[in-house]
Amino acid sequence: MGFFLETLFGGLMAGMLYSLIALGFVLIYKASGVFNFAQGAMVLFAALAMARFAEWIPKWLGFDNLIVANLLAFVAAMALMIVLAWAIERLCLSKLVNQEGITLLMATLGISYFLDGLGQTMFGNDIYSINVGMPKDPAMILENMFEGGLLLSKEDLIAAIIAAALVALLALFFQKTATGRALRAVADDHQAAQSIGIPLNRIWVIVWSVAGFAALVAGIIWGSKLGVQFSLSLVALKALPVVILGGLTSVPGAILGGLIIGVGEKLSEIYLGPFFGGGIEIWFAYVLALAFLLVRPQGLFGEKIIDRV
Amino acid sequence: MLYRENGQFKASYAADQQIFPILQDRVAIGALLAIAFIVLPLFGSEYLFRAILIPFLILALAALGLNILVGYCGQISLGTGAFMAVGAYGAYNFLVRIDGMPLIAAMLLGGLSATVIGVLFGIPSLRIKGLYLAVATLAAQFFTDWAFLRISWFTNNSSSGSVSVAGLNVFGLPIESPVSKYMFCLVVVCVFALMAKNLTRSAIGRQWMAIRDMDVAAAVIGIRPMYAKLTAFAVSSFIVGVAGVLWAFIHLGAWEPAAFSIDRSFQLLFMVIIGGLGSIMGAFFGAAFIIVLPILLDQIPQLLGIPLSTATTSHLVHMIFGALIVFFLIVEPHGLAKLWSIGKQKLRLWPFPH
Repeated sequence: MGFFLETLFGGLMAGMLYSLIALGFVLIYKASGVFNFAQGAMVLFAALAMARFAEWIPKWLGFDNLIVANLLAFVAAMALMIVLAWAIERLCLSKLVNQEGITLLMATLGISYFLDGLGQTMFGNDIYSINVGMPKDPAMILENMFEGGLLLSKEDLIAAIIAAALVALLALFFQKTATGRALRAVADDHQAAQSIGIPLNRIWVIVWSVAGFAALVAGIIWGSKLGVQFSLSLVALKALPVVILGGLTSVPGAILGGLIIGVGEKLSEIYLGPFFGGGIEIWFAYVLALAFLLVRPQGLFGEKIIDRV
Repeated sequence: MLYRENGQFKASYAADQQIFPILQDRVAIGALLAIAFIVLPLFGSEYLFRAILIPFLILALAALGLNILVGYCGQISLGTGAFMAVGAYGAYNFLVRIDGMPLIAAMLLGGLSATVIGVLFGIPSLRIKGLYLAVATLAAQFFTDWAFLRISWFTNNSSSGSVSVAGLNVFGLPIESPVSKYMFCLVVVCVFALMAKNLTRSAIGRQWMAIRDMDVAAAVIGIRPMYAKLTAFAVSSFIVGVAGVLWAFIHLGAWEPAAFSIDRSFQLLFMVIIGGLGSIMGAFFGAAFIIVLPILLDQIPQLLGIPLSTATTSHLVHMIFGALIVFFLIVEPHGLAKLWSIGKQKLRLWPFPH
């Protein structure tokens, strides 16, 4: 029982991180209808920027304080993500307005390749670490309920709390601010939003910046856990089955989908893996999403797909 | 002045339906084939065959298959590498397990296994509209990566996980030297290119294009969307599977699943986009471009005396490809093939602009 719960918690933590990546994806899909393949590359880019700025800024300014360095690096990386969002909107998306989904998807594929190359040219291609002072030692809980207690990593717990806070923050931003209302209006209907004077271009820059922010947070958490390296970009591909499962347009769907995928992956690896020869973590998420497509194409919380002629 | 169709009248149905209606085009393509079949085998160097021509032909074939799906039917696949792998391992198993299996039959059976697996993964996603096929093919990619690495039956229980074929021959002719490998690929590619061209001009090809351009309107005039999409996916997977067989058997000789990773899938998609969506010739342009560009990027800085590290070069290639994809999608969605036909249009008036 204890082992099962530990696996479950491990899966939930991994799922939280998938959710974070999927969140950026859903935000962009909702607001601009772009199937953003570059979210993974954005996570890698943001994490690389964060890791390297935290290393460089103390050297440039000549001080030695971890917290200040991390704060400055965070600000610098965020500024970079905003510039990136602006550039993507200006140079790419604004030229592709009213194109079909497949064209936009291929464009984001191009963006993701470009970002992979740019990030590694600018910041180097080694494995970097992000040290934001997360506690590395595990914590024991519920020792009186199970023999030996449950072994949980404090780092994972903090990450989960941060992720939850981020989701709450985004929900507040979307529901309570004027900009959030404009974002939701654009998501509902581009033309109607434009006709009442909402500037589409600015909204898209904001959405991509917010997605960049989500990417940065996801990148920092992943990076401080596993180190920043190229494979981060591939891990982020897991966000695709997550959004299929949760529904392409649903923020709660992204969260729940991520948790289901995270838990499913870990549990299946432990309990089904031996029958298949192990390593099924790689494809489990995708095949689960595929099976789900057969039953409920719009995902758990997606809007029902209605064709109008 | 030289390139114009004045005075070339079509007097029969056959003349009206030919692939190259203009005499000059027929001469040019004849000359190209003559160079490919006669001049290159006589004078080409081994490096040219091994590093450029054979990969070019095989990847052009794979891009051709992908183009049928992406360019003609408007569905997107991110798992081309997976279907190449299915073709390669399928053909390998037919060749090893059945005594006296001829290479050509093994190759076609490999293509068929890719079709079967492709349809299996395609059915859930092709039922609905949208970009779900991208995720389904991604699932195929990761699943086959895993299956060929972990399930030892597919690799005939080879201990290292890598498999190899040797002593290939077609109708008793051995395929050992670079020239014979090149000739074999060339013949296969020509046959499939002709087949693909004719398919796209036939009823089914027109159905694919109708679905791509507007699926609701196509359904209204009696085209079954599911059937059209599935046939496009099946044909595409078949050609990609055959290309996978060639890549593994002829180009690599010995291979492991990493040869068909997700990078291969992206590379092929880029060939299709840069070469030209919805064009047979585009697949060849795209393949040539994507094979030659990294080689050039490797050579030119050395010639100029600025040695770049291999890592920098590969990042540069990433950036250039990414930027080119976006550039082509914005400026010229029909890619190099469209530029080529614009060039031909201009040539018809040259040198007199009116």
